Amino acid sequence: MALSAKSLKVGDTHQEVVVDNLTRTQLVQYAGASGDYNPIHTDEVYTTQVAGYPSVFAHGMLSMGMTGKMLTNYVGDGRLATFGVRFTRQVWPGDTLTSTATVQAIREEDGTHFVDLAVSTINQDGTEVASGYASARIDA
Amino acid sequence: MAVEQFPVEAGHIMLFARAIGDTNQIYHDANYARGTEPGSVIAPPTFVQASAQFNPDYYLRPKPGQPWFGSGKEPTGVARGEGGGGGGLHAEQHYIYHRHPKPGDVLTATVKPGKTWEKQGRRSGRLIFTESITEYRDQHGELVVTSRGVGVTTERPVDQS
Repeated sequence: MALSAKSLKVGDTHQEVVVDNLTRTQLVQYAGASGDYNPIHTDEVYTTQVAGYPSVFAHGMLSMGMTGKMLTNYVGDGRLATFGVRFTRQVWPGDTLTSTATVQAIREEDGTHFVDLAVSTINQDGTEVASGYASARIDA
Repeated sequence: MAVEQFPVEAGHIMLFARAIGDTNQIYHDANYARGTEPGSVIAPPTFVQASAQFNPDYYLRPKPGQPWFGSGKEPTGVARGEGGGGGGLHAEQHYIYHRHPKPGDVLTATVKPGKTWEKQGRRSGRLIFTESITEYRDQHGELVVTSRGVGVTTERPVDQS
């Protein structure tokens, strides 16, 4: 289901819990699928004793990937035109993340309609872990 | 990172979608995907990051016969250099989608260095940011995804207080 310019207005939001109680196993899954085997994401011994962090933590790209799931659920498959984030806090095992897209603008470019979105993912304490934007092709 | 051949495969897309917790059928069910607007399985928006799998020299993958900095008998398999800095983290990631990759594509990735800048961080000391721009092109030379990544090296581990 694609969005349409007619039915959208600035300020509209779409929100999803993208992970509830993030597990270390999911970090292992992400390492295996992405090919980023940095031990700070999966190796508690290295991370606590050598890297100096309280535990392993999520790949930034896992936070972005989960944020992207909210976006594609909202704008539809194959509709994203741009997507970017800054990683503002680390994400830890046990975290529950909620991602929100907020409509910033609805515009037309060479006959194609787009929606511009502000994107934010927060943890269970309300602290933002990823902050960014996206744009997507929408119907007229 | 430069990659000469990044074959986009259906099984890899399925595993990647599972890893990000995305149950959308378009990532694992070719029959379902035929009835969608894209008309086939496509890759999730952050999938091109998995091109690391096809970089033979990727430094964050253990390689047989070579020391690895993760734990084994010891907490790390590599002697640490001076300073014991916090190491590298991902600071920003930006994508422009010219189209969405699908199984059967064979992408190449070429990397151009971007800017480098420094900042004093409140929670992790001196920060050095390094930008790189990666162009993913398909087997016809057409641009598929443009990626701009920013990495940051911290002086010390990020303070969690």
